[in-house]
Amino acid sequence: MSALTRGRALLTGRYRGHVLFASVALLLLAIAPAALDPFRLGLLAKYLCFAIAALGIGLAWGQGGMMTLGQGVFFGLGGYSMGMYLKLNDAGAEGLPDFMVWSGVEELPALWEPFRSPFFALAMVVVLPVAVASVLGLLVFRQRVRGAYFAILSQALAAAFVIWLVGQQGLTGGTNGLTNFYDVFGMDPEDESAQRAFYFTVVAVLGALYLLARQLVRSRFGRLLVAIRDGEDRVRFLGYNPATVKTVTFAVSAAMAGIAGALYVPVVGIISPALLGVVPSIELLVAVAIGGRFSLAGAVLGGVLMNWAHTSLSENWPEGWTYLQGGLFILVIMLAPKGIAGLARQAGDLLARRRSAGAPAAPPAPVKEEVAV
Amino acid sequence: MRISHWRKMAVMATAAALVLTACGEGEQAESTAGGDTIKVGILHSLSGTMAISEVTVKNSELMAIEEINAAGGLLGKKIEPVVEDGASDWPTFAEKARKLIKRDEVATVFGGWTSASRKAMLPVFEAEKALLWYPVQYEGLESSPYIYYTGATTNQQIIPGLDYLKDQGKKKIFLVGSDYVFPRTANKIIKAYAAANGMEVVGEEYTPLGHTEYGTLVNKVMSAGPDAVFNTLNGDSNVAFFKQFKAAGGTAEKLPVLSVSIAEEEVGGIGVENVAGHPVAWNYYQTTDTPENKAFVEAYKAKYGADKVTSDPMEAGYNAVHLWAESVKKAGTTEVEAVKKASAGVELKLPEGLVTIDGENQHVHKTARIGVIQPDGLIKEVWSSEEPIKPDPYLKSYPWAQGLS
Amino acid sequence: MLDQLPVGLSIAGALLLIALGLTFTFGQMGVINMAHGEFIMAGAYTAYLLQDLAAGQAVLLALPVAFGVAGLMGLVLERLAIRRFYGRPLDTLLLTWGVSLVLQQLARDLFGAPNVNVTAPGWLDGRLELAGMTIPYTRLFIMALAVACVAAIWGYMNRSRQGRRMRAVMQNRELAACSGVVTERVDQLTFFIGSGLAGVAGVALTLIGPIGPTLGTNYIVDAFLVVVAGGLGRLRGAVLAALALGLLNSFVEFWTDASFAKVVVFAAIVAFLQFRPQGMFVLRSRALT
Repeated sequence: MSALTRGRALLTGRYRGHVLFASVALLLLAIAPAALDPFRLGLLAKYLCFAIAALGIGLAWGQGGMMTLGQGVFFGLGGYSMGMYLKLNDAGAEGLPDFMVWSGVEELPALWEPFRSPFFALAMVVVLPVAVASVLGLLVFRQRVRGAYFAILSQALAAAFVIWLVGQQGLTGGTNGLTNFYDVFGMDPEDESAQRAFYFTVVAVLGALYLLARQLVRSRFGRLLVAIRDGEDRVRFLGYNPATVKTVTFAVSAAMAGIAGALYVPVVGIISPALLGVVPSIELLVAVAIGGRFSLAGAVLGGVLMNWAHTSLSENWPEGWTYLQGGLFILVIMLAPKGIAGLARQAGDLLARRRSAGAPAAPPAPVKEEVAV
Repeated sequence: MRISHWRKMAVMATAAALVLTACGEGEQAESTAGGDTIKVGILHSLSGTMAISEVTVKNSELMAIEEINAAGGLLGKKIEPVVEDGASDWPTFAEKARKLIKRDEVATVFGGWTSASRKAMLPVFEAEKALLWYPVQYEGLESSPYIYYTGATTNQQIIPGLDYLKDQGKKKIFLVGSDYVFPRTANKIIKAYAAANGMEVVGEEYTPLGHTEYGTLVNKVMSAGPDAVFNTLNGDSNVAFFKQFKAAGGTAEKLPVLSVSIAEEEVGGIGVENVAGHPVAWNYYQTTDTPENKAFVEAYKAKYGADKVTSDPMEAGYNAVHLWAESVKKAGTTEVEAVKKASAGVELKLPEGLVTIDGENQHVHKTARIGVIQPDGLIKEVWSSEEPIKPDPYLKSYPWAQGLS
Repeated sequence: MLDQLPVGLSIAGALLLIALGLTFTFGQMGVINMAHGEFIMAGAYTAYLLQDLAAGQAVLLALPVAFGVAGLMGLVLERLAIRRFYGRPLDTLLLTWGVSLVLQQLARDLFGAPNVNVTAPGWLDGRLELAGMTIPYTRLFIMALAVACVAAIWGYMNRSRQGRRMRAVMQNRELAACSGVVTERVDQLTFFIGSGLAGVAGVALTLIGPIGPTLGTNYIVDAFLVVVAGGLGRLRGAVLAALALGLLNSFVEFWTDASFAKVVVFAAIVAFLQFRPQGMFVLRSRALT
């Protein structure tokens, strides 16, 4: 057995998934930190935060058919939970967060009090999004609100959430959001070693959540989820309750967005309503569409790619970024509705067919989307 | 089986390629610090909702840089602007500020408009010990050692505005603002001032940013029966407010609306017929009568078009570049701490008149002016503080303002 | 207090105008057209451009022209892209969002980023004093325009041959096609009318709001909420939903403030859909999903 065939065996054998996962992990954990300067590494960490949120969307939308335009809400709940703890930590035992001082708040609001505890805050990063998503999901899915209705409702939720956040300036920091953190779990967030630590944390969390999501999709639950996406009523007639399955999935995806938001805070150093509204929520969704909504890896890739494109294009060509972004969506949706992952798959199919000449290629999985009305 | 394998391969390969591209880019974009140019950052929103306002400031800053270069440069070097887009998004401002400082190694940054963008950039500049010149009037209560504030703080705009209303015999004031930091802080100051000066605040209303439905609010204003409205609305909301205020019978004669966020730029969009006759408070108007302003307006129109107008924030941005350059000249280097030291007391004759950097709080001494919007869209000065007012961001010299900060 | 009634009605009028077009494109055809806001913007800019031709009266002249301009834009969009996406509403959302970004930037490049102004005709400068209420003429005009549009649509849908075809296609596309209706033509016409109505709304909004590249984004979420709350494709539903939301908004804002009113309206819609998940008026159908 030559080295080449052995290598191919590794890639085609039963461990190929593990091998590929490991190589991406190697890339992110070893090569990227060595090759990138601290500034670029910080940016990559930010993209990966969005990738975590995108992973959640891939799960809810790609697998579950729930097009959520309000993912910014959960991102925000996670981010603000983290931000509130960090603000209180900076303010000390007696002090008030700086924005409260200039908003004329004299006593710490009761809502803030428990966030002094890092454990409570970290728990809330997951608990709050899950709670909100569960309540909303149960209410909405039980009433069989779906497809376009669900998309528009979740969009309205994002819009209302942002207006509320901005309006409660003494409580939330208003449009400014929470920023100016000096101490993140004992580290100075502007310090390079701290940025490196944040980066590795983000990579580790993304890896873990990706494995979790993949496990979920491959499980019986995941099959049920896809079945609901493709024919909710049939699943109902089979005796399952689609509302429960969808709510659980929605809550998991919300939790991922919450975790993404919480990680975003130390990496970028700010959480503000500008990140949570309708537009950023749609941008996230579009990133997933471009990466490939039916593949979890595609969703992650889309999250990284779109944000990277945003930064680098708007650095070099700010006026044209909007045209390009708009044009890209149009092209991808029209020509490659399954995104990059779909294209990659087609290319892979072609290659595989040539390799195993004659072997019939499996037909592509049928894509069906719920039709409104 | 095989197919799914190849698909994964392809996805992973794309991911790998992506990261490598990011790395590659990291290599090539090395900065040229220490070359024959001095790099400065210009960081404003060129896209998104704030682009309307911020692009004009970017233009005037670039013009100031060209002027300095045309006059032989700075310390024998040309100034090279690096323009970045804040995209009307506060985290992007922080990110781009970091990029300008760390990667481009700029000597200083001119940028920001909204308070939120400044607050987002502040920790970056403080941590990196770099300089930011912020050109817009703002709510005060801040004095970062690494930020220069060339727009007005509250005692150079809000308080003169209130003095003017008091002079005019206005007793009952209604406060209208967008729901964010500047209006809320400004209104806190206004309420304290009113209490100390025998004025009465008969109403205080906030609307979400971008709000366009003002029927209810106008009704509230009308039924409260104030003598004047103090308006801190932002952007598009001003258009909707003034159109609906006029439609409901509001006139400048009966009920003047004093605005602090409407400059020459915005008048056209609101419609002169809707806003003419109402007063505004700034430090500079296109019509301000100084030789420096004549040259400034002419140069700006020559460069960007005869139909363009100049406004207070644009002038403050233009000033910022010149004040920085003057400080660098005085220091003989662009090194941050040296420039900071040299900047105290730097004094220039600029379009708005004499401007001096305050060594204590890095704000500038500037003249307050109240103007009235004319039917031709320009603003005519009707009141001025005559001489530059010392900046007092924490309002320490006003007894009635104790306890505000 | 009583003053709030006309305010609520006028908000309802504006809401109805921006949502009417959507009852066609979204309600009848299942297309989530995020570029609807940009068609509204196109209508507003049409009025701006016509200002030089008909000083002062631009608004009247612009109404039919804007209907045509926005309608044509919609038709082009339908022909080039959307027709491939029927039955895939969520993809149309992404697609048209891209379109809306491009149109916004285009407006910025064509007309500049700052807002422009359309001078209202002199005869709209005034107000009606009635039983202690003050109603500006501009508001009356918008309400009247909304009523006129609703009447015209109702007549078209229920009294004209084309309108009947449109309803037939909406209720059962296959059956309509079997009966000899050229569904493609009907789709084009529906999209033309829906987009054109956005243009009309744009002209009306120049009387009360800002005219700039981001005009559409101010209204798009509200417009969809009206359609969702009213029930897809139901004219009656859209009218009632707009009225309810307008009045709710104006009274809640009167007692509290504008931010809170918006949040309350959103909450009310979510709560309402608990009881009527398909909106106020449901199109009865025996189809499963």
